[in-house]
Amino acid sequence: MSQELTGAQIMCEALIREGVEVMFGIPGGAIMPFYFAMWEYRDRLRHVLCRHEQGAGHAAEGYARSTGRIGVCIGTSGPGVTNLVTPVADAMMDSTPLLAICGQVGSHVLGKDAFQETDITGITMPITKHNYLVKNASELAYVFKEAIYIATTGRPGPVLIDITKDAMQKSCVPNWDRKLDLPGYKPTYQPNRKQLREALKLLRQARKPLIIAGNGVIMAGAHAELRHFAERLRLPVITTLHGIGAFPEEHPLSLGMPGMHGWVHCNRAIQECDVLFNIGGRFDDRVTGKASTFAPNAKVIHVDIDPSEIGKNVKVDVPIVADARMALQALLDELPVKEELADLHAHASDWMEYIRELQDKHQGKQQYINRAAVQNMALPPHDVYAALNRHIAERGNIIVVTDVGQHQMWAAQLLDWNAGPRSHITSGGAATMGFSVPAALGVAIAHPDKTVWVVCGDGGFQMTNQEMATIIQEGIKNIKVAVINNGYLGMVRQWQELFENKRYSGTPLSGPNFAKLAEAYYWKGMTVEHTNQVQAAIEEAQATNGPVLIDFRVEREVNVFPMVPQNASIGDMITENSGA
Amino acid sequence: MKKHTIVALVQDQPGVLSRVIGLIRRRGYNIESLAVGHSEQPSISRLTIVVESTQVEQVVKQLYRLIEVIKVSDVTDDPTVEREMVLLKLHAPISVRHEIVAMCGVFDAKIVDVGSSTMIIEMSGTPSKVQNFIDTIRSYGIKEMMRTGRIAMVRGSRGHNADQYVESGNGATAPVAN
Repeated sequence: MSQELTGAQIMCEALIREGVEVMFGIPGGAIMPFYFAMWEYRDRLRHVLCRHEQGAGHAAEGYARSTGRIGVCIGTSGPGVTNLVTPVADAMMDSTPLLAICGQVGSHVLGKDAFQETDITGITMPITKHNYLVKNASELAYVFKEAIYIATTGRPGPVLIDITKDAMQKSCVPNWDRKLDLPGYKPTYQPNRKQLREALKLLRQARKPLIIAGNGVIMAGAHAELRHFAERLRLPVITTLHGIGAFPEEHPLSLGMPGMHGWVHCNRAIQECDVLFNIGGRFDDRVTGKASTFAPNAKVIHVDIDPSEIGKNVKVDVPIVADARMALQALLDELPVKEELADLHAHASDWMEYIRELQDKHQGKQQYINRAAVQNMALPPHDVYAALNRHIAERGNIIVVTDVGQHQMWAAQLLDWNAGPRSHITSGGAATMGFSVPAALGVAIAHPDKTVWVVCGDGGFQMTNQEMATIIQEGIKNIKVAVINNGYLGMVRQWQELFENKRYSGTPLSGPNFAKLAEAYYWKGMTVEHTNQVQAAIEEAQATNGPVLIDFRVEREVNVFPMVPQNASIGDMITENSGA
Repeated sequence: MKKHTIVALVQDQPGVLSRVIGLIRRRGYNIESLAVGHSEQPSISRLTIVVESTQVEQVVKQLYRLIEVIKVSDVTDDPTVEREMVLLKLHAPISVRHEIVAMCGVFDAKIVDVGSSTMIIEMSGTPSKVQNFIDTIRSYGIKEMMRTGRIAMVRGSRGHNADQYVESGNGATAPVAN
């Protein structure tokens, strides 16, 4: 079959060949040929018209993060693609497989400041895993194949393809058979056996062993192997923000989240452990606090698919470059018989008992929700989470998407994360406010059988809430938004309260009546001002056959605790307002 | 900070130099010299980068994150042959030319152009020998100078031949999707 196709048709065919079913974008001059071709393929390639390219990018991220498949977003040249920069950077930080397709001015005017010309490959070089500028239709079939391969393999990440308008318009016979030729890109999936044995030796001799599980476990689909491994060795498991879902929190070996807003017992366990087994986490500074004081007594085993992560932030004793699932599977294969693990089991059991005592002494989840400081408030934010938590447990089949800020930390802390991998989607590394509503759009399209609950602050919501229109236009019904509305950019306000003597510079925030705004977008909108209305509102939202927004007008100045001040050791946590 | 000599094989594609430089810049390291040119394979270029860094291992690892970077080695402590070339345009009135000619003889430098009051001299050698020559000849008055930057090659049979990276199939095996 040697039929001539236009470059734009080749792009559509290439995407379909790679299994892409949906794309999020906005047309414009330079990308018009792609939209022209897309029309013929509309039965197989769904296009979702977003209201802003940032929304399109986050929607593609939500799609990718909730499925593990490539998310695709589209923008035209100039402002179209510069609007994609934020989600591309976000995807880079959170290792999200994202393909950004960009229209570029014609190759004959490239570099001449043509109308809507921007050097997007130059701009995105440091925030993409790889990027391309394509000037010939004949390159497109290969470049799309290679781009999607790079984005989805190894440590996933964003790849951007910038295509000149004439490359999309010209015709050629595509060569689909050209083999990938990437001499510089050969991700390591299988672990080194010698290193594995070193790791096992350390673990077997440990008295206070600890697992930290991160995003890599989820991306590798290694949650079942992680569970077997932890159970066989009886090791306590800490899950990072992006590791939420990698290990069920109801499991007796689960400790919860570490780091800046992690639980005291988690951070203390890290500081006191003698062997730390990090699988698929990158020792982000929000996890380590001051890195030089992190886990001072621990021999560190670090499993990561990206060799450049090893030894980057924390000194590593046993590096294992591998896919998380393959590493765990190989470790399970090497495990000795149960009798030989008796010593480790005995030590781990004492250690676990000690950690649980720490947990009882300091605030755990329940004490935190029930604490006296919030009892007299009309609507403490914790009550929203408690009700939502009950709702998620009872109903199930819910994916939670959070934005960035106080509400995000409360969600990570206060909800019980038992629904498995990809049930919690958030922006972690870049911490992009405005992520949640558009990301939920992508999640909802990927999972029409599930309900997507967005938990979002009033600040982040106002950054991208225009995507409410996209959600209506696409007929999406399975999105419910809970705005935790405290009239502040709350996390910054909290820092100002605790460290800057309550100088609330630039943080008080007004907004529209969110329920009415939602109604204006043809959503159902509700307002909740008191604890006793919370549960009914959540149930009504769930029962409504369409998108719903609930404006939870929570107590305004509530802080997220526990907290590690910036650059402090994670051993030094603030657990309550010192003054209040 | 110690100076490190890094040798890299990269795919010869537009933008690859920009990626390498951008990555080093991002970490705030200064590139002291950079030399790039064809390797024994037309599709692969060889770079020699001299960079001041306390964490050169991280630079090397980060460079590997670039898709088009094939092989990176820190050869600072390896036995290498290092060379640099310099072109110098000297102020050279007739009265001092014989001195300059004599000096060039000592340093094995070549006179490649003679003008009415200038000479262009080509000299190559180890970076320290090049520096030594420049310091010696400076007093005659340097009007223009261009150094190529250091190139380095590991001695003996070690090192990396670029041929092995050409026409490779894709050896990586992705985990089976579940």
